[in-house]
Amino acid sequence: MADSNAPKPSSSVKLVLLGEAAVGKSSLVLRFVNNDFQENKEPTIGAAFLTQKCNLPTRTIKFEIWDTAGQERFASLAPMYYRNAQAALVVYDLTKPTSLIKAKHWVAELQRQASPGIVIALVGNKLDLTNDSESGQAESEGADGEESGDARKISTEEAKTYAEEEGLLFFETSAKTGHNVSEVFTAIANAIPETSLKSTRGPGASSAVNRGGDEQRVNLNGPREAAKEGCAC
Amino acid sequence: MSAENVGSSGDAAALGGERPPPLPPRPSQIQSKSSPSTIVPERPNLSSKPTTAISSMNIQTLSFPDGSRGTFSTAGGENNNSQGTEQTPGAGAASMGFNSISNDIDESMSIMSLAPTLRPPGDLESLLVGDMSKKSPAWMLLHSQSAAVQPFETTRAEEGAILTDFAREFDDIPEPSETWSDDARLKLWKSKLKHFMILSSAGKPIYSRYGDLEMINSSMGVVQTIISFYQGAKNPLLGFYAANTRFVIVTQGPLYLVAISKLGESDYQLRAQLDALYMQILSTLTLPTLTNIFANRPSTDLRKPLQGTESLLSSLADSFTRGSPSALLGALECLRLRKSHRHAINNAFLKTKTDKLLYGLIVAGGRLVSVIRPRRHSLHPSDLQLIFNMLFESGGVKAGGGENWIPLCLPAFNNRGYLYMYVSFLDVDPESERDMSAAGEEIAIILISPDKESFFDLQHMRDDVVTELKKRGHLDIIKTAAKQGRPKMNEIAPGTHVSHFLFKSRANVQFCMPSLHPTFSNLISHRRLMSLYHNLHSTIHAKHTHVKVLHCVGEDTTSLAWITPIFEFYCVAGPNASRTVMTQGANKIMQWAKREEERLFIIGGGVF
Repeated sequence: MADSNAPKPSSSVKLVLLGEAAVGKSSLVLRFVNNDFQENKEPTIGAAFLTQKCNLPTRTIKFEIWDTAGQERFASLAPMYYRNAQAALVVYDLTKPTSLIKAKHWVAELQRQASPGIVIALVGNKLDLTNDSESGQAESEGADGEESGDARKISTEEAKTYAEEEGLLFFETSAKTGHNVSEVFTAIANAIPETSLKSTRGPGASSAVNRGGDEQRVNLNGPREAAKEGCAC
Repeated sequence: MSAENVGSSGDAAALGGERPPPLPPRPSQIQSKSSPSTIVPERPNLSSKPTTAISSMNIQTLSFPDGSRGTFSTAGGENNNSQGTEQTPGAGAASMGFNSISNDIDESMSIMSLAPTLRPPGDLESLLVGDMSKKSPAWMLLHSQSAAVQPFETTRAEEGAILTDFAREFDDIPEPSETWSDDARLKLWKSKLKHFMILSSAGKPIYSRYGDLEMINSSMGVVQTIISFYQGAKNPLLGFYAANTRFVIVTQGPLYLVAISKLGESDYQLRAQLDALYMQILSTLTLPTLTNIFANRPSTDLRKPLQGTESLLSSLADSFTRGSPSALLGALECLRLRKSHRHAINNAFLKTKTDKLLYGLIVAGGRLVSVIRPRRHSLHPSDLQLIFNMLFESGGVKAGGGENWIPLCLPAFNNRGYLYMYVSFLDVDPESERDMSAAGEEIAIILISPDKESFFDLQHMRDDVVTELKKRGHLDIIKTAAKQGRPKMNEIAPGTHVSHFLFKSRANVQFCMPSLHPTFSNLISHRRLMSLYHNLHSTIHAKHTHVKVLHCVGEDTTSLAWITPIFEFYCVAGPNASRTVMTQGANKIMQWAKREEERLFIIGGGVF
């Protein structure tokens, strides 16, 4: 009863996804927005614009997501999408070293050109292709995993160290299994400074709610609370 | 049998056309001759042709399934020996007898064959004159002779053999593995009925519909060698046959585009398909970019700049392989709506227009509902073909959900720069996604602007349009019309034996057709039907023909093509449909099309 009626402050956050082609940007968004996954998804052309609400204990964040295409020829359009963005997800593929290099370029560009307070999360995707997808997931593709072994090419330490140096949030995710996906967006929502939020509904009851927020959140089938430790902040 | 004649003579003509013209006699030879009268033309035009018939006339036994069946002759070979009608045997065309009625009636025609065509054949009515099908009641009772027999129902096994594997035509070549040796993969690759390849003039592979580029690298090399050999001789190669496989080459600046087909399309049609692929490349890169890339480094690997558009090229290629009436006719299909509804939708659309808008489209299931455009610009069908392909054939945009903002170049509009396209699919609710039958019914709003910053303006406009359409119930009207699908044949012309037709309004560059269900709904019969239409189209459009009406009788189909400056009409019926049946059917359809013109076609559209 408490939180369903109480108007929480709601604000919109502009978020942009950047990263090399085929690292799984659209799949992450699709998992977050529709809790869905498509095998062999066709490449994004241009950019897609999606919205999704994220309920925090104290407020509701409405993400306005720009999912950009990763191909080189679209790079010149990127400023249009990250301009005024409050958050950015820079995605790389855990199994592809060049994608981390590209991700580092994006981080540098964002730090140079995007709005100063932008929250950047570095996300290593395709965790399902590695061996260390903990706590017994990889349900469907078990057989595949056994024979292909570990496809990981970028160690957690390497990426984590880099993220800490640059002051980025850091996650390893699997859009396929849903592992850690909602956590990324929740962490970003939490990391956005209160001051930078243009509240659209005025301050309402604030501290009254705590537990309810989690239940209301989009139900994603990733592991429960355990994943928090992946967060670098 | 006459088709075989037509086919081979057509082939010969086409091949002859590509050979350099015969050289004039050398001066030395002329001088050595004492008298000029002894100079004989290198090749006198032989009056006789290799034939198994007694005269050069073709003996027709199939045309009229009635009492007078017997044999009668027409100068079919003469009339149909037109350039550009390459027909490879296959795809149901093999056994087709061409029986054209043209203005220049050949003098060698027998009286018998003249009988039905003596009147000037300017309009179809004349076909009705002197109908030779005097059917006895007993004959009519034979089911096998009934006009109700559907096209392709009687196709003999060997006729359709080329299409037996058509269901697997679109499967990818498997990755190399223990079960798939290189030889087996290559064999599978060669078994595909149609290939499209694109390579740079430096020989770098850019795109191939089937097979990874490693596997087909050597074939690409061969193709490049052959093309550049002719290119070097300043005599570019346009096409050639290898057995019954046709190779057609289009050179566009630094690109070679190659179509390899066993499906029997004409060169003109294959060329149009290659042009569409080239347009897709331009749409990704723009012409100046493409030119610059190769001007600076001729050996550039174009796959990198084109990355991510392979699926667009492939979905275009596959629509050609399946057979697309829209591509064949170079025209668009509209959603059938009442005139007043369309008018109201146009007005609602115009009312909400923003300043940033260049073109606005509402599309339902790949069929146009409404267009608004500036007075001075019209939309070119080939550009719309690219947009429709991107949105409805390849899954990239639709699958993402949400709204899309896509930079693209519309080459026929302006090949030098990008426009920005806002796309929003309405009501893509998960319910209808699961239901595959609803796949052809999504409604998309497409707003195109020259301003790359105008996303939110256009988004706002979309909201306004949707509100407006909902308010007046137009959205439901569109949905209902889209769900209804194309009209059934018996709604259009009750009682006719015509099973399918294409009607193109030339002025509007739009076409309509009836539902493909149930006769042509499977992949193979659809392809047969399209092959038939391709044959009719290429025959009646062949250069230097004056054919206006073409009546073809084949073993498993009867078909009719009719062209006027206003429209193009093609229809198909079962093998036993007589001319009377065909012409009556055609006339009924024509009356329907006339009556429904403003429902079937968008005339003008909303102009601002």
